[in-house]
Amino acid sequence: MRLLNPRDMLVRAKKSPKVRTLFGGAAVLEPENSHLHVQKDMPMEKPHISVRNLNVYLQQNHVLKNVNIDIPSNAITCIIGPSGCGKTTLLKTFNRLLDQSLEVKIDGEVLLDGENIHDPKVDIMHIRKKMGLLSQRPVPLPMSIFDNIAYGPRIHGIRRKKKLERLVQKYLKSAGLWEEVKDRLNTPANRLSIGQQQRLCLARGLAVEPEIILGDEATSALDPISSKKIEELFLKLKEEYSIVLVTHTLRQAKRIADYIIFMYMGEVVEAGTADQLFNNPQQELTREYLSGYFS
Amino acid sequence: MRKLEEKIFKTLMRIATLVILGSLLLIFIAIIKRGLPAMSWDMLTKIPGGGFYIGKEGGLLNAIAGSVFLVIGATILGLAISIPVVVYINVYLPRKSLFADITRLSADILFGIPSIVYGAFAFTLMIYFGLKTSLLAGIIAVSLLITPILIRSMDEVARLVPKDLKDAALSLGATRYEIIKVVLKQISPGITTAILLSIGRAIGDAASVLFTAGYTDSVPTSLSQPAATLPLAIFFQLSSPIQEVQDRAYAAALILTAIVLVLSLLARYYSRKLSKNKV
Repeated sequence: MRLLNPRDMLVRAKKSPKVRTLFGGAAVLEPENSHLHVQKDMPMEKPHISVRNLNVYLQQNHVLKNVNIDIPSNAITCIIGPSGCGKTTLLKTFNRLLDQSLEVKIDGEVLLDGENIHDPKVDIMHIRKKMGLLSQRPVPLPMSIFDNIAYGPRIHGIRRKKKLERLVQKYLKSAGLWEEVKDRLNTPANRLSIGQQQRLCLARGLAVEPEIILGDEATSALDPISSKKIEELFLKLKEEYSIVLVTHTLRQAKRIADYIIFMYMGEVVEAGTADQLFNNPQQELTREYLSGYFS
Repeated sequence: MRKLEEKIFKTLMRIATLVILGSLLLIFIAIIKRGLPAMSWDMLTKIPGGGFYIGKEGGLLNAIAGSVFLVIGATILGLAISIPVVVYINVYLPRKSLFADITRLSADILFGIPSIVYGAFAFTLMIYFGLKTSLLAGIIAVSLLITPILIRSMDEVARLVPKDLKDAALSLGATRYEIIKVVLKQISPGITTAILLSIGRAIGDAASVLFTAGYTDSVPTSLSQPAATLPLAIFFQLSSPIQEVQDRAYAAALILTAIVLVLSLLARYYSRKLSKNKV
């Protein structure tokens, strides 16, 4: 097995129609090669999120190192890699939650539908509204099931009760929770089981009508049956949404991912379609990770 | 051998628990036994008659009203200071903030300062501003006393609010102001407990109101009038040599305890209702 040099890998990636929209590899990319990302002559789907030369420093630590990736629309993209490799940080730069912490420095561009989200002119609420976030543990807001779903629409100005009722029903159905809770919409959300709470959080995220769903190890706190339900939901929801998941479990990535981004120590080592990355990884590091050599 | 050990310690723990329950019961018995015979409808509805401080006639309406006004005023003032503090150090400042730590330390130190010192401090303030003993001065002194309690007990719960909750609300497009509402709602049982604790402390404190609110036989009708309080009513009446007046002190103690009891039951009921929720 020969090791590919970066240029070989790029050429290969360029040839493969499957990875047209998804490029990997800050680690394997020289900055001057970055023009190769854009393939003008090929008709390509518009990537939903493009990350260009992204560097993030948290309290002097260089957490993300020159990341260049594209997130395709209407597909599930899984970010895999060992703990502390920057997966969650990358996810949180997408909806600018990182801005919350002090001592954070962000360089480079994150383009959402071609618009740089770190542009000072951009309305941060507008960016966040486009993305629903599912965290590791479900965090229902301290209110009833109904109000949890209605929270987003309410803060975005929807007041009419009829309309809210319709939205709540619609999104509880999308999250597969309606049948279980339709008779107790006024009970506090924290009375639900953990698995139900996570689906509630999903419904709550969907209710602000995002385009992208971000999941930060969204099933790691759940039992196998609840995890399966969430996974099935993701598979169904990708028809309408672009989904980005950070996951620790390779098996989950194998089950549901269309695209994979493998990160190590703040760098993107390899990215590509799930099929390519799992069956024919190009980097030694990726092979080692996939074979469980380290985790 | 180890079984015996366990048995001994279990018994000791049981005794300690019984001591707590027993002392509560004994206090109730003591104040009921001496206070109840002196209790009458007049005690609750009339101001004292027959002599300043040691009158045998009339009732304690002056002290009841004074205490209630004082506690309501001090709690509102205390909350007006402590809620912004808690929100600021928990929502706006980062998790590891020196300023937040200093604030917490200061609140801890303030927490430990005896109430008589607050009374004396408020008294010097009064002299400086030319205030006489009044309901307002009492409210300020008592709010000084309870603000650290409010801050510390609300802070304890506010710190437990997971970062994910704030992130969740933020990612739905909420603003900082809306985050504050969510956080306050999340800690509302904690706020209720904090209020309950501080009311308990405020209504029973004699030292801080001694120089500030003063004492009077009439019900205060404005903030600038002096106000009687139940703890001082107990104090003054108990120091009387007349048996009947002393019994009235126990009646006052009974009223004080009853108010605290009712408040705490109300607070429990209310916080349970809140946690069942509705916006």
